[in-house]
Amino acid sequence: MSKRRNCMVNEQVAAMPPSGIRRFFDLVQEMEEVISLGVGEPDFPTPWKICDAAVDAMRHGRTSYTSNAGLLELREAIAEDLYRRYGVQYDPATEIMITAGVSEGMDVAMRVLLNRGDEVIVPQPCYVSYMPCVELAGGCAVPLQTSEQNEFKLLPDALSAAVTERTRALVIGYPNNPTGAVMSRADLLPIAKLADRHDLVVISDEIYAHLTYNGSHTCFASLPGMKERTLLLNGFSKAYAMTGWRLGYACGPAEVIEAMVRIHGYTALCSSIIAQFGALEALRNCEAEMRAMVQAYDERRRMFVKGLNDIGLPCFEPKGAFYAFPSIRSTGLASDEFARRLLFEEKVAVVPGTAFGASGEGFVRCTYATGMDQLKEALDRIARFLERLRH
Amino acid sequence: MQLQRLLEILEHEGPRPTEELATRLGCSTQEVEEALAEARRRGWLLRYSALINWEKLDVPRVFAFIEVEATPEHGTGFDHLADYIGRFEEVHSVYLMSGRADLTVVVQGTDFREIARFVAEKLAPTPGVKATATSFVLKTYKMEGELLTDQPGNSRLAVSP
Repeated sequence: MSKRRNCMVNEQVAAMPPSGIRRFFDLVQEMEEVISLGVGEPDFPTPWKICDAAVDAMRHGRTSYTSNAGLLELREAIAEDLYRRYGVQYDPATEIMITAGVSEGMDVAMRVLLNRGDEVIVPQPCYVSYMPCVELAGGCAVPLQTSEQNEFKLLPDALSAAVTERTRALVIGYPNNPTGAVMSRADLLPIAKLADRHDLVVISDEIYAHLTYNGSHTCFASLPGMKERTLLLNGFSKAYAMTGWRLGYACGPAEVIEAMVRIHGYTALCSSIIAQFGALEALRNCEAEMRAMVQAYDERRRMFVKGLNDIGLPCFEPKGAFYAFPSIRSTGLASDEFARRLLFEEKVAVVPGTAFGASGEGFVRCTYATGMDQLKEALDRIARFLERLRH
Repeated sequence: MQLQRLLEILEHEGPRPTEELATRLGCSTQEVEEALAEARRRGWLLRYSALINWEKLDVPRVFAFIEVEATPEHGTGFDHLADYIGRFEEVHSVYLMSGRADLTVVVQGTDFREIARFVAEKLAPTPGVKATATSFVLKTYKMEGELLTDQPGNSRLAVSP
């Protein structure tokens, strides 16, 4: 008699915990009148020009598959954009592919780059998908904790200490979700040196690149000698308020992109052509709209971060993305408990820092991609909550 | 001090506390106060006002766009005439235009007859006015950058990665 399974789901997936954010989402869904600072997306609608271009594409019958790598026109526009902004040159025919957001790019990249047991260093706190993508691809994710005292940057010494014989790749995501940390050119140069010395592939998630304040973003691939060993992931979700369009891109060595396109061809075939036409419009004609959104985030950032510090939640200055990551240690509560009580007692939703890795303990993530008046109301409620905790 | 951005904020959001403006623009409250004082003194900042969708309130309010053909005066063109027309209470705005008409006058009244009377008794007989063509506004879809059509609510999830 054949042995019966007691679970339909494979063992690895069955053992994989759901994202810490998901758990919190279920709690928030049941409540009314919540001010949510738990959102990881812009509060602006997609600029109308982009929507109109997509509708226009549909009206003109552009509803077919595209090539697996995506519309060449769009890849050319991406190549131009990257060259103009960072001086890095990619061949649109062989070194760029269109993905369903950075999320798909990350998944496919890991599957292409890793052999079973390869180690991937993942600085934390970080976006929730990096570790699972490594594990699903048969790799071994090695979390590397960053700290507030170093502004949540990846330090070269810490990286050196984490590298072993089996280290294959490093994932970086700056500007960072959830901390808002950025790494300047000067911060990244020693990391590039180490990547070279230890022959690491660097997977750089730069989805928040345009949302960099008080300075300009450094594209990792633009550092000397790094283009050959970098897989650059980016997309349209954050800068152009296009989260639901699910459109991103991967740029890297032709050999890697060709392999990624092969997987993408089998599993996704191609990204939505309608979204691709929208993205083309974003790159061609929406710089002003994008700049206006970034300006608004920057103003909210200044107001909100000052507000957090004023009410007694010390918050290091986030210089990118649209998150503040205040320390809640002074309350004596763990992140999860703080977020849960703040939600139940004052109806403000924030995400516990632990959802993004162990070093997120003692912090919560607050999105400031929310209207100014809502941010002010949230600050008032948090202040009230803190006041009660103190007595 | 980003003066243009300061004025944009006031234009879109109305008056805001000085401390908030200073924080948002990354400057001191004193700089904001000085900029506001200068903007008032030099006539850049005229007033604060609210944008009301009167159509939703069923308050009787009618607008007409009136194209005016006029005779220019030597040395001052249409300036004296435009100033004269602009002094009538009914007149909401006056513009010098390119194209067929010389001036466009936006007139506000409580009903169509009131506007018709204004055109027949005040505007058309004004010396210098050669001809008028009146178009009444039937419905407003967008004003001052604000769409008045029903907008779908925000579909964002309350918590997302």
